[in-house]
Amino acid sequence: MTDYHPMWTELGLDLERHDVLLEALGGMYSDLFLGQKNRPKSMDYFDFVVSEIHGLRVKELQDHRAAGGKVVGLYCVFVPEDLILAAGAIPVGLCAGAQFAVPDAEEVLPRNTCPLVKSSFGFKLSRTCPYIQASDFVVGETTCDGKKKMYEILADYHPTYVMEVPQKKTPLGRQLFIEEVHGLKAKLEAETGRAITASGLAEATRLIDGKRRALQRLQGLRKARPAPISGLDALLIVQIAFYDDVVRFTEKVNALCDELEQRVEHGEGIASPNAARIVVSGSPMAIPNWKLHQLLEESGAVVVGEESCTGTRYFNYLTPANDGTVDGQLAAIADRQLETNCACFTPNDERLDDVVALARGWDADGVVHYDLQFCHTFANEAVKVERRLAGEGVPLLRIETDYSEEDVGQLRTRIDAFLEMI
Amino acid sequence: MTYAGLDIGSRTIVLVEFDGGIRDFRIVDAGPNPLQRCESLLDGRSYQRLVATGYGRRLAAGSLADGIVSEIRAYALGARHLYPDCRTVIDVGGQDCKTSRLSESGDVERFEMNDRCAAGTGAFLEAMARTLEVPIEELGAHALGAETPVRINSLCTVFAQSEIVSLVARGADSRAIALGVHEAIATRVAGMARRVGPKERAVFAGGGALNPCLRQLLSQKLNVELTVPEEPQIVGGLGAALVAREK
Repeated sequence: MTDYHPMWTELGLDLERHDVLLEALGGMYSDLFLGQKNRPKSMDYFDFVVSEIHGLRVKELQDHRAAGGKVVGLYCVFVPEDLILAAGAIPVGLCAGAQFAVPDAEEVLPRNTCPLVKSSFGFKLSRTCPYIQASDFVVGETTCDGKKKMYEILADYHPTYVMEVPQKKTPLGRQLFIEEVHGLKAKLEAETGRAITASGLAEATRLIDGKRRALQRLQGLRKARPAPISGLDALLIVQIAFYDDVVRFTEKVNALCDELEQRVEHGEGIASPNAARIVVSGSPMAIPNWKLHQLLEESGAVVVGEESCTGTRYFNYLTPANDGTVDGQLAAIADRQLETNCACFTPNDERLDDVVALARGWDADGVVHYDLQFCHTFANEAVKVERRLAGEGVPLLRIETDYSEEDVGQLRTRIDAFLEMI
Repeated sequence: MTYAGLDIGSRTIVLVEFDGGIRDFRIVDAGPNPLQRCESLLDGRSYQRLVATGYGRRLAAGSLADGIVSEIRAYALGARHLYPDCRTVIDVGGQDCKTSRLSESGDVERFEMNDRCAAGTGAFLEAMARTLEVPIEELGAHALGAETPVRINSLCTVFAQSEIVSLVARGADSRAIALGVHEAIATRVAGMARRVGPKERAVFAGGGALNPCLRQLLSQKLNVELTVPEEPQIVGGLGAALVAREK
């Protein structure tokens, strides 16, 4: 194995703590993933990506920078990856899913802040995320108050640019977001010294739509009974989508889908056809947050879909047709992003339809609504999800948790009882 | 044929032996090493089948137990066995509080359970009893000695403790504080019960049901009569024993 310590030193990582993190992550990954029964062979690639999580991919980013390119960090599905690619820069999702960095963040941020916000910030503070270290700047968004204010503080530690996401999907909101997309374009052009052209943008959008189509194809295959792939593996793939090379990733997901199609044809799966089928809906699960899927699947259920930013909200929307001019494409990109039914919008009733459609279309026995503790938008919206699903006769379990392990016993009890009930 | 249910809770371990009726039961403290406690509890006993439930059920799975069942289902089964017309189960245990509504045929239709926070559980009562220096067994009766409660605003165990310390420092009556503590818990548990839509007959079980003040307040708040089994702590163990017989 390559020794990446020189690169990590160059990136200013806290080597000692970073080693601890990587070791813990490696152990956790092999416990959760490698022992799964009857895994698709094509998961090899994704295992490899995780084994090189802070290695090879970071090296690719560093090589890109050495050749004069830029790397742009992001945390949220609202930041358009194609716009970044069109500027010759590489978009990369940043570390935000581990408890590891939370205590660091709590020295600065209020404790009653959501773990995703604390973890994001803590990774910068503790210098243990090579991706933020390798990013020339971060593009944040205003999808919740916690993030919005955290970005102001993050800017004291790392170059940060914030896009405004409107709160309502009105014509005025749309206008604002189109302006914001134009603003990001100007920012990217200023940083890279490279103009975003109509053809460059069209090509980048084609790549991003291709990635989304591959993930839609994967999601479609999860309709099969027995499920051809575990929820853990499917979640992992979307998590990896945020930081892997778009062309290679798309190819590998399609290769996996070819294999899964064979499985479906032969009635092969990772669990019994009678296993309880669960849809998870709610807050995002950034890598390595696998807690809920682990608990559900180790109790015998299989997760068949995630109505989440690390799920359908990441890949469901394709770029609408447009006139091909830069302005036309930017408006189309804005419209595509605004289709996302995120709890940051009011009202957001389309999300309720999404949850029902996923539960019905994937023949789910129940829905688990997942809130990250102190995530006020999704926690409040859970009330509406609960009422809607009660009306539809779909059983629902509401869970609020964070990245720590301390509530695993209670979660198990609730999950076991829920599975017994359905 | 004797079957057994082992309810490994956070505070107590309950063993129930079942041979068509409850043959025997044992209740011991869980202590710092519950698995060891279970082993010594089971030493010299053997059963047709043993099913574990409770917080520590997975500890026993494979080694001591032939199967596991969640507390929620175990309590539902146990309560139905004792009272075939039971439609609601309220269980206040050591670190969890659960409420479930059962269908006419006894299946769990809906349930609620506290998150990680200990508000509304036995652990909360124990912490408050310690602060007031009243034995936990006497806390309920102590509270019933007050005419009006002192209002406790915080349900967080840590915050409530400091609130109580300051109430004590201000010279508030210990019984009135205890009543306030019970009011706070009963409000929280009643809220959880209302979320499942309680129906009669409602059975109140778990260690919390031993507390007369909690029984009275909860019944008032829900406006239903609560049935408390003679041995409220063994309902989960009984349910697990019934699963052992079924399988």
